[in-house]
Amino acid sequence: MKIIVPAKRVVDYNVKVRVKADGSGVELTNVKMSMNPFDEIAIEEALRLKEAGKATEVVVVSIGPAQASETIRTGLAMGADRGILVKADGIVEPLAVAKILKGVIEAEQPGLVILGKQAIDDDSNQTGQMLAALLGWSQGTFASKVVIGDGTVDVTREVDGGLQTVALKLPAVVTTDLRLNEPRYASLPNIMKAKKKPIDEKTAADYGVDIAPRLKVLKTSEPAGRKAGVKVKTVAELVAKLKDEAGVL
Amino acid sequence: MTTLLLADISKGALGDSVAKVLTAAQALGEPVNVLVAGKDCKAAAEAAAKLDGVAKVLVADDAIYDHQLAEPVAALIVSLASGYSAIVSGATTSAKNIMPRVAALLDVMQISEIIKVVSPDTFERPIYAGNAIQTVQSSDRIKVITVRTAAFAATGAGGQAPIEPVAKAADPALSTFKDEAVASSDRPELTSAKIIISGGRAMQNAENFKTYIEPVADKLGAAMGASRAAVDAGYAPNDWQVGQTGKIVAPQLYIAVGISGAIQHLAGMKDSKVIVAINKDEDAPIFQVADYGLVADLFTALPELAEELGKIGR
Repeated sequence: MKIIVPAKRVVDYNVKVRVKADGSGVELTNVKMSMNPFDEIAIEEALRLKEAGKATEVVVVSIGPAQASETIRTGLAMGADRGILVKADGIVEPLAVAKILKGVIEAEQPGLVILGKQAIDDDSNQTGQMLAALLGWSQGTFASKVVIGDGTVDVTREVDGGLQTVALKLPAVVTTDLRLNEPRYASLPNIMKAKKKPIDEKTAADYGVDIAPRLKVLKTSEPAGRKAGVKVKTVAELVAKLKDEAGVL
Repeated sequence: MTTLLLADISKGALGDSVAKVLTAAQALGEPVNVLVAGKDCKAAAEAAAKLDGVAKVLVADDAIYDHQLAEPVAALIVSLASGYSAIVSGATTSAKNIMPRVAALLDVMQISEIIKVVSPDTFERPIYAGNAIQTVQSSDRIKVITVRTAAFAATGAGGQAPIEPVAKAADPALSTFKDEAVASSDRPELTSAKIIISGGRAMQNAENFKTYIEPVADKLGAAMGASRAAVDAGYAPNDWQVGQTGKIVAPQLYIAVGISGAIQHLAGMKDSKVIVAINKDEDAPIFQVADYGLVADLFTALPELAEELGKIGR
């Protein structure tokens, strides 16, 4: 079984983004970019399934500018077999991403797609569900455990009240949550090896997808700030302030 | 046109989020129908009918909607969609699972986790863990929207909407429910609690949550939460996680204990009315958003806090 892992190039999770003064977006020049952390978890899970003999090939797909090939190389250095870069500039919304991925999947015929539950830039949490819908496949979102069976996959999902386990018919789309695994670091020899692994280049037009955004961003603004308050010296003082000053007790 | 609100239900009861989502739905300016899909969900439908301003409650009561699996519930919504200009739901894990599937089937771009309705086609939503707020305008004919419930006040009771059954849609039969591990607790739900006390990595283990956090939570009638670090370390269950990718909360009082205050955690609680931070490290970033900060060892401060609360009759 082949596994496809879509991965997004995003602002590194340690960067505190700044809103541009003219409200046109966030400052992205000279900002460190990395693979979306949830997608790293997705690659790790695919690699573990391959190592356990449940999968034969792991293919990393990224949609974005030319530099998204670095994101794919990161995945290849972790151990993925090959990559597909679908070049697209500007914002590509989850719906368009899902449509492009559908094209990739129809060409590649994987048995399973694993991807992050959300990208930490736009925080949309949509792509996996949309992809499953467009393919007419089952979906297992927010996975904390994935067990491949015979023609099915059991996915344990992190839900509001705790955990839920569903059995999905394969092929399926699985989106990862934080507790699924801890991604490995790429070793130096593997980073060197990854440079020789193939990356196919495609464009959105190759899949006949119109990537024009459906949502018009009118402006981007700073959130309402919160000032630091006061330090209290004792627990008794804290309780008194909460009761008398803040009125929340 | 009309707005369709997909109700969150758990164990046959209407979720607390629905009254808040209704406030956002009504801001779209159209009548609101509430869809209750589940098994044995009569009580939830009756509760929804009592919310003020609901035009109609639609009930799809069938075994295939038990556990709200995404594939059959999305198919149901799509079968109803033609009469609606908007489909909204709270940003619960259940709706986050279902709604994008609906949006893709309708070929529209979902607007996730709105925090404000600017006009019927324009919304504010946080991006980058809430470090920026985007104002977006949708040109799609049907708006598919999830609502960050912490950003909206609840609509009150007083309605008497008619309840109508709707036919089930064909079951895509792609997935089946196997089991669930859902903690039952007398405590309030994290997302609707008035007071929350959360612990971080400094709690050191699960036992300390019980020994130190729980007595304070009991005195305050508070929900208990945790930082990602504490959940990853296994000190607290996953559904306690407050943050960018966990639960987004905005209680009257949020007490952060032994939590340093990573931006991903702040994203989940910075809209709380009053924030208290208890941390040994006086340079912890959590103090930059706290209204009241106490630099102290949590293992001495929490028992004292329980005692002081007792003194004022909590």
